[in-house]
Amino acid sequence: MEWLIASVIAVMTGCGVYLTLRARTFPVVLGLTMLAYAVNVFLFAMGRLQVGFPAVIDPAAAGYTDPLPQALVLTAIVIAFGMTAFLIVLALKARSELGNDHVDGLHRSDDERKAKRHNNKTDSERSAS
Amino acid sequence: MSLLSFNLPLAALLPFFAAPFAAWATRYNRLASAWVAGITTLLTLALLFPSMAFVFAGETIIQQWSWLPSIGFNIAFRLDGLALLFALLILLIGLLVIIYARYYLSAKDSMGRFYAYMLMFMGSMLGIVLSENLLQLVVFWELTSITSFLLISYWQHRQDARQGARMALAVTGGGGLALLGGVLLLGHIVGSYQLTDVLASGDLIKGHDLYLPTLVLILLGVFTKSAQFPFHFWLPHAMAAPTPVSAYLHSATMVKAGIFLLARFFPALSGTPEWVWLVSSAGLITLLLGAYVALFKHDLKGLLAYSTLSHLGLITLLFGFSSELALVAAIFHIINHATFKGSLFMVAGIIDHESGTRDMRKLNGLFKMMPHTAVLAMIAAAAMAGVPLLNGFLSKEMFFEQAISASGTPLAIWTIPALVTLAAIFSVAYSLRFIHDVFFNGEPIDLPKTPHEPPRFMKIPVDILVVLCLLVGIAPMYLISPILTVAVASSLQTAAPEFSLAIWHGFNIPLLMSFIALVLGVAVYTMRHRLFAWNEKGLHSLDGKAVFDWLLWKTIRLSKKVTDAFDQTTLQPAVTWVIGGALVLGIVTFFQFNSPLIGNRVMMEADVITLLMSLILIVASLLTVILHHKRLVALIAIGVVGLIVALGFVKFSAPDLALTQLSVEVVTIVLLLLALFFLPQHTPQERSYIRFTRDGVISVSAAVSVFFLAMAVLSRDYSPISGFFIENAKPGGGGTNVVNVILVDFRGFDTLGEIAVLALAGLGIFAMLEGLKLFAPTKDVDGLVWSHDPHPPIMQTLTRLLFPLMLMVAVFIFLRGHNLPGGGFIAGLIASVALISQYLANGIDWTNERLRIDMHRVIWIGLLIATLTGVVSMFIGYPFLTTSFTYLTWPVVGKFEVASAIAFDLGVFLVVVGATVMILVELGKLSHASHHIKKEEVN
Repeated sequence: MEWLIASVIAVMTGCGVYLTLRARTFPVVLGLTMLAYAVNVFLFAMGRLQVGFPAVIDPAAAGYTDPLPQALVLTAIVIAFGMTAFLIVLALKARSELGNDHVDGLHRSDDERKAKRHNNKTDSERSAS
Repeated sequence: MSLLSFNLPLAALLPFFAAPFAAWATRYNRLASAWVAGITTLLTLALLFPSMAFVFAGETIIQQWSWLPSIGFNIAFRLDGLALLFALLILLIGLLVIIYARYYLSAKDSMGRFYAYMLMFMGSMLGIVLSENLLQLVVFWELTSITSFLLISYWQHRQDARQGARMALAVTGGGGLALLGGVLLLGHIVGSYQLTDVLASGDLIKGHDLYLPTLVLILLGVFTKSAQFPFHFWLPHAMAAPTPVSAYLHSATMVKAGIFLLARFFPALSGTPEWVWLVSSAGLITLLLGAYVALFKHDLKGLLAYSTLSHLGLITLLFGFSSELALVAAIFHIINHATFKGSLFMVAGIIDHESGTRDMRKLNGLFKMMPHTAVLAMIAAAAMAGVPLLNGFLSKEMFFEQAISASGTPLAIWTIPALVTLAAIFSVAYSLRFIHDVFFNGEPIDLPKTPHEPPRFMKIPVDILVVLCLLVGIAPMYLISPILTVAVASSLQTAAPEFSLAIWHGFNIPLLMSFIALVLGVAVYTMRHRLFAWNEKGLHSLDGKAVFDWLLWKTIRLSKKVTDAFDQTTLQPAVTWVIGGALVLGIVTFFQFNSPLIGNRVMMEADVITLLMSLILIVASLLTVILHHKRLVALIAIGVVGLIVALGFVKFSAPDLALTQLSVEVVTIVLLLLALFFLPQHTPQERSYIRFTRDGVISVSAAVSVFFLAMAVLSRDYSPISGFFIENAKPGGGGTNVVNVILVDFRGFDTLGEIAVLALAGLGIFAMLEGLKLFAPTKDVDGLVWSHDPHPPIMQTLTRLLFPLMLMVAVFIFLRGHNLPGGGFIAGLIASVALISQYLANGIDWTNERLRIDMHRVIWIGLLIATLTGVVSMFIGYPFLTTSFTYLTWPVVGKFEVASAIAFDLGVFLVVVGATVMILVELGKLSHASHHIKKEEVN
């Protein structure tokens, strides 16, 4: 079971990282959401995997699961939602201000030349100011 | 608790409380803010009044509350003679400046902003002089730097004001950092940050190895604040401030803060050769430099600024002499300087106000036009020059006497008296220039305005100060002796030495020095034209500003270079660096340990359902990546991932998490769908294969690393700290759902922080969406027109029917949360889903008509309830956020538990509902508005 959960966390991390590295805002938001899932499950798993143990006090219970990671992850889920919401609205704002949804606010889709040109542009801006 | 047990902190904080009120009051009446400021000052004085009698009886009043005892940070205030003297200076001169500024500021200036800044500054100054804890003192010290920055840059449209303010902030703020370092060292040496302990350990401090660094750091703070050489250059540039600010900050209060520290730390630090050399040389140089440059300034305020430097240097020099009588003279001169310089600045402001210029080459012969002001100026300037029968004469005589008797110090026997007399000569000359050039000396030369006497009340503050100069000068024994004695005694921490404040001490050397200064000063003034010409040749270009600007420019360039080396101003490489860096660090650390990768904990057998679910999750995750160009599909795929994560929580004994994840999932997907409407439906293909490969390598290595990390942890046994929570949940927290008890009780402070973050995210989103206009596509991805019926009746009917049920579920989940899975977070999310589904099914207009609740209000009420629950426990005498619970027996219901934690959970509930609904509805309104725009366009 453990190796299964570890691979689930691993796949979600990998996919999250890949999407976070993309050049458009929407995939980046998806990537961060995915990373948040991975992190939450990872944190949760730090309490070790327990099947059938309650986190509620019960005299009849044979044992308890670790409630602390659960409490931490519970708030983490809500905060992750807040962050996702903030990011996606930031993406909307960027789209309306910059006219496109590139993470750097660039129109050019050619990534190869983009970085170079962008550097040139900022240099000329600096020398102008 | 009587007022006398907490009047000191109240006095320091009252101006801060009143400041926003002053800013607000100006909306209704322009002058209301001046009234607020004046009344606040009077109230603060009244607060200190009852304690005064004790201070005059020689007592030191200390009021303290322990806050962070582990690092010695107490909230501690102290009122002794020295503190009282400074507090009175701050408040009384503050009051006069407040009256004066009301007439000085023009209709274009914002009164509210001015008085709010003034009050904050006043509070910071009071905080410095009333602090018993040194760390607290440093906090107030920095606050004066910040508030004075705001005051100097009050005329924000002027470049010189902005630059002067920035320079003042950089210099005094930097000095504040040094002071913090010095205070930390002092605390390290003494073992306490309480002033009482520090002052009692003078010998320990002076004998300690760290004495010199401590002294240098503290003196850096003092010299920057009190504009001593070589940090003097910011003061003249701060003259870009409105004149009331200059009168207050740069004559009476802020620049005296440094000197206050010299007096405060006198028993702890003074008397060593290091102190004598450092303090007196800085003082002497500043005294001479200021006096010399002042004569050549054509700007009225420039002259006063350099003369202020010179007088600050004089006071510093007196402290440098390190004798008890020198201390008397220094403190006496602090009072005198505040009175005459404050009034002179106000006069300069009046002249500027009435004539439109401060250039002494244009200002001539104003005596005919404003005789009253001229007489005031003459008396004050005479006091500054040290003319007999005025207060300046008395302290200057004492200064001369000390300069002569300082021959015992390592400085040579005759140099100091000679140099001091030289400074006095220039002092007489520039005082004379202030009077003769402005009020006599022919006719004015093309003034922008024809000057006349200012309004009566603008002169009254000057009148009062000038009368004080005279009274103190003529009858020092009665007026000044009592306060001076207690101030000196508390500064020395012993009885004050015998001193005599008399006008006539017989013919002696100090009198001779005064005489020489007066005669030669007049002589220097008469040959000023030749001196001006000589000065023009080169010396005038000496300005610390050039050095400062050069340093600033260098620093900015260096920081730019460093930034540019790391940041290419594009996001993707930056993210690559962050993730790649984390990977490298993690992997390197991993290989530092020799223990086996997989531990020996007995692992569980995987069952078929879990296997299946995991496979679906993995496939869905991969699909999200593969199909991320088709955004809608990717969104559906990631929804699947989230749902299976929720199921996983069910499987592994975490019902609370499952409930949370499930409701968050719904809300997140709705949110992303709403946003997707305004974004391109497809992601264009990126063309760089290098980047694909690089990102692929990074992602795969991240996945592999995380896999091994998770395996390494999961395959090992551990000893959790949760036993404590499980044992104490019921007896300590009164609930059986340990997860919820941790959230609302054990770790309640964390939760409070988290809901605050959520509230801020909601408000941030609200702010970003305000006024946002986005292009809304008329057709969907496949080119089809959107449905004409956005609110299908079946869905409407169903959701309306379900709504009460959903709310009931939320209430149920909320109430049982303390004992069974549930709680504020989950109930809040469920209630949000209930509300959002109404918005989705019935439209925003329909729902808003029926649900007239402002979500902003819900958020702040929630935060308020949660915070108050914590504060209430403090009032009962328990730490913040301690819960209490009891059992009630209700009819029908039976035994029922009431815990204060439920109030806290209610706060959590409200914040979650408020923030979630606000975020989604604001986004929804956006599409709503864009539809409306389109309809209008079509029509």
